[in-house]
Amino acid sequence: MKFLRNLLDKVEPLFTKGGKLERFYPLYEAGDTFLFTPGEVTKNGPHVRDSLDMKRMMSTVIVALGPCILMALYNTGYQANLQIDAGTALAIDDWREVVYSDWLGLKHDPSSILGCFVYGALWFLPVYAVTMAVGGTIELVFSLVRGHEINEGFLVTGMLYPLTLPPTTPLLVVAAGIAFGVFIGKEVFGGTGKNFLNPALTARAFVYFAFANYLSGETNPLGQGVWVAVQKSIKLDGFTGATTLAAMVNTETGNSPAEAMTEVTQGITGHAFTWWDPFIGFIQGSMGETSTLACLIGAAILIATGIGSWRIMTGCVLGALAIGGLTYGFAGENSVAYISPVWQLLIGGFAFGTVFMATDPVSAAMTETGKWWYGGLIGGMTVLIRVVNPAFPEGIMLAILFGNVMAPTIDYLVIQANIKRRLARYGT
Amino acid sequence: MHYVNIILNAVFIQNLALAFFLGMCTFLAVSKNVKNAFGLGIAVIVILGITVPVNNLIYTELLKKGALGKWLGSSLSDVNLEFLGLICYIGTIAAMVQILEMTLDRFFPALYNTLGIFLPLITVNCAILGGSLFMVERNYNFSESLAYGFGAGLGWALAIVALAGIREKLKYSDVPHGLRGLGITFITVGLMAMAFMAFGGIDLPE
Repeated sequence: MKFLRNLLDKVEPLFTKGGKLERFYPLYEAGDTFLFTPGEVTKNGPHVRDSLDMKRMMSTVIVALGPCILMALYNTGYQANLQIDAGTALAIDDWREVVYSDWLGLKHDPSSILGCFVYGALWFLPVYAVTMAVGGTIELVFSLVRGHEINEGFLVTGMLYPLTLPPTTPLLVVAAGIAFGVFIGKEVFGGTGKNFLNPALTARAFVYFAFANYLSGETNPLGQGVWVAVQKSIKLDGFTGATTLAAMVNTETGNSPAEAMTEVTQGITGHAFTWWDPFIGFIQGSMGETSTLACLIGAAILIATGIGSWRIMTGCVLGALAIGGLTYGFAGENSVAYISPVWQLLIGGFAFGTVFMATDPVSAAMTETGKWWYGGLIGGMTVLIRVVNPAFPEGIMLAILFGNVMAPTIDYLVIQANIKRRLARYGT
Repeated sequence: MHYVNIILNAVFIQNLALAFFLGMCTFLAVSKNVKNAFGLGIAVIVILGITVPVNNLIYTELLKKGALGKWLGSSLSDVNLEFLGLICYIGTIAAMVQILEMTLDRFFPALYNTLGIFLPLITVNCAILGGSLFMVERNYNFSESLAYGFGAGLGWALAIVALAGIREKLKYSDVPHGLRGLGITFITVGLMAMAFMAFGGIDLPE
């Protein structure tokens, strides 16, 4: 460690103002602060608390994401192995299969925890690596040209974005998305803390609209399952494709959501589908968002450390319960809206979006009262999009983006109301 | 319910500003602060709310094929004056804007001064004319066009207030020099439109 410190101190004059490599100071700074605690804390940024600098804030979010990342690794492998083992689908025959079967000699066995982790990692890690490489390069170029620090904010963006993608997303699509998210969503506004939309969601929404056939539906143009990393299933056509949410929203028979899911999953899992499944998260979906439990652990960490706003989270849940209750109450038995509000909280990306995306301090509402409204708007919109809009079975992504767009207006109204009240109270 | 659906459709799903990108010049120019944006939004709601139904009357009672025949005898019943549509609608809009301008000048001088040149510019705002043309295209009757005009105005007002809120927030941003001003606003509007795509594809029973 001493040696490293000495080395860094020795080259420092090269990078400081007037040095030969002055332009590359951010690079030096990033390396230095990565290895050692920085001598100074951030002076300004999206946080208000002193003693809490951006580095610790963003690292806390990464720690809170831990359970979701573990679930992403395990569940991606588990879902694939489950289908391959049951013989309903074939493994995708590419380099991953070579590494998994030939080099490591592992079998597609859903009961093997190691196997599931390794196979999940083979799908998740390349997506993550591409995200970090492409997004990081853009961030780096901008920080060199514009002279701002390389910011930890990107670590969070780069972690959230792969977790919201289906496992078989082609790496080129991943790269295009994160490039758009970092470049248009964040850097043109001046970097972390200056943007108005959540960059990870901007990236996700961009790939969703630009490459829709790779990210929705049942199979992508390469003949792979979108939500499970297998080739198009042989026997139970359709099972590979369905996320819980899509299956529920598209059920036409008027079954309860549990019945609808049991119908499609019983052939594989052999047990009835209960609310327990989406709660624990061994279901199909985007890589990191399936488990409500993992998100709850993350929420506990974020709230305990004061990083994530409990007001926004509570607002989201209340909004979803209110609108979910309304649609459930007024919808006929045979309607797609006949999903009880409790299910609305469990299925899809609701938990993940509420905990990690909506609470992004940069793009959320800033005022305390505004946070309630902002959360409520997102929760309500999520349920509304799910039940009203047949084009998008998943609503949370667009609901949060809409919330981001409306957040400054909400803040403005809250502040104006405050001014009016005070004028009435203390004015002449 | 029918009219509620028309309004919701006009406000969210087929938002004039963020789904059709109409009225961009004023949309980008008067969105620097929320207060002015709010005032202009109200003006647009009023103008759209009046001109669309009035133009609807002009269209159905005078211009539509056979409409003249009702008034002037059957010899004119196959006269089709729809080609005069554009000029009639613009005339109505100009007259309405003049009236609104005089009213504002008389009763709300502060708002009149802040809106300045943009109030007369509403006359040639494509969102206003677009409202009337959509009304014709979708065959709305009088009461439907009343609802549509109000909804379309509300949607446009909502969009410009949201944009103004964002632009106030972006004052603290560090935008690259070449993009400051209109450049970043265009990007902002594009991203807003992406968020508004949440509503795209909703099919309300009308």
